[in-house]
Amino acid sequence: MSMNAPEKQPGQVRLTPEQAKSRRARNLAIGLGIGFFAILFYAITVVKLGPGVLAGGQ
Amino acid sequence: MSYVENHESSLTGSGISSADPKDFIALLKPRVMSLVVLTALAGLLAAPTHIHPFLGFVSLLAIAVGAGASGALNMWYDADIDAIMSRTATRPIPSGRVAPEDALAFGLILSGMSVFTLGLVANWLAASLLAFTIFFYVVVYTMWLKRSTPQNIVIGGAAGAFPPMVGYAAVTGSITVESCLLFAIIFIWTPPHFWALALLKSGDYAKAGIPMMPNVKGPSHTRLEILLYSILLAPLGVTPWLLGFASPVYGALAIIGGLMFLHLAWKVYSLRDGEPAAKAAKTLFGFSILYLFVLFLTIVIENGIVPMVVK
Repeated sequence: MSMNAPEKQPGQVRLTPEQAKSRRARNLAIGLGIGFFAILFYAITVVKLGPGVLAGGQ
Repeated sequence: MSYVENHESSLTGSGISSADPKDFIALLKPRVMSLVVLTALAGLLAAPTHIHPFLGFVSLLAIAVGAGASGALNMWYDADIDAIMSRTATRPIPSGRVAPEDALAFGLILSGMSVFTLGLVANWLAASLLAFTIFFYVVVYTMWLKRSTPQNIVIGGAAGAFPPMVGYAAVTGSITVESCLLFAIIFIWTPPHFWALALLKSGDYAKAGIPMMPNVKGPSHTRLEILLYSILLAPLGVTPWLLGFASPVYGALAIIGGLMFLHLAWKVYSLRDGEPAAKAAKTLFGFSILYLFVLFLTIVIENGIVPMVVK
């Protein structure tokens, strides 16, 4: 098997370095956004339900 | 280069975007968002009851994101006219950095998330008001009024006036005289603020076919309307103090600011030609931002920061 980059198949698109860089940046931003949203809702739940939620609702 | 050519070139013929996260942040109109955050915070803090600080912060975040989302939807719909005007030609869609359908999806998703979050965190009255604000800005102002009547920013100004009412409702779950007054101040402030800009950029608006007041009724009539709205605004700005929910410091600032606003509006009205006329409009536009900023910042300081320090 050759060590070169795989050949482009019909219908495939090869990204330019600029496109690859901006796509990585967008993916990172979406990942961070989802992570932030998850943490935010965890914190909202704790604050809204009070410390009791951590004690299993007892 | 036309908007369509620009857009095609941005996708490099493959349909793959080269947009960076900062292009999507630009779609949210961060400068407008900062004023929305300030006015919504003023509404939040002016409320007689209190909200948990963390829930207050998340409510403010939801209002800011909702405002940003409506900005993205506005840029999606207005991409054709944005490409024509010098002030807006470098925005992400007309400059070809973001595809229109991406901006639409981004705006719709953020709108839904912001309304849903505010409903869960605060209450559904505040969430409904936020949803109505987004609807009003995108559908009533952007899609309907902006291209059809010179009263576009008078009625459309309501969208920018809602944030303090949403902030107030997030805490109290109600709409009161106080929150209506905060709404009214921004609502009456909007026409002289935007028409001062429109006097300076009337060529741009005419080129894009937007029926702004100076293009339709003429600069003289616009100057008169700026003066009339300023006469309404100056006393209205003082009413939060007169009704007892702002301090005498706010009252003094509102009186001084209102008189200054009137003075600058009179200069816009009386100076009709050449460089002095343009300078008067530019000064009023700049001062109008400072005026609103100072009034709402004072409400924030005396309801949010002063009580913390006094404690």
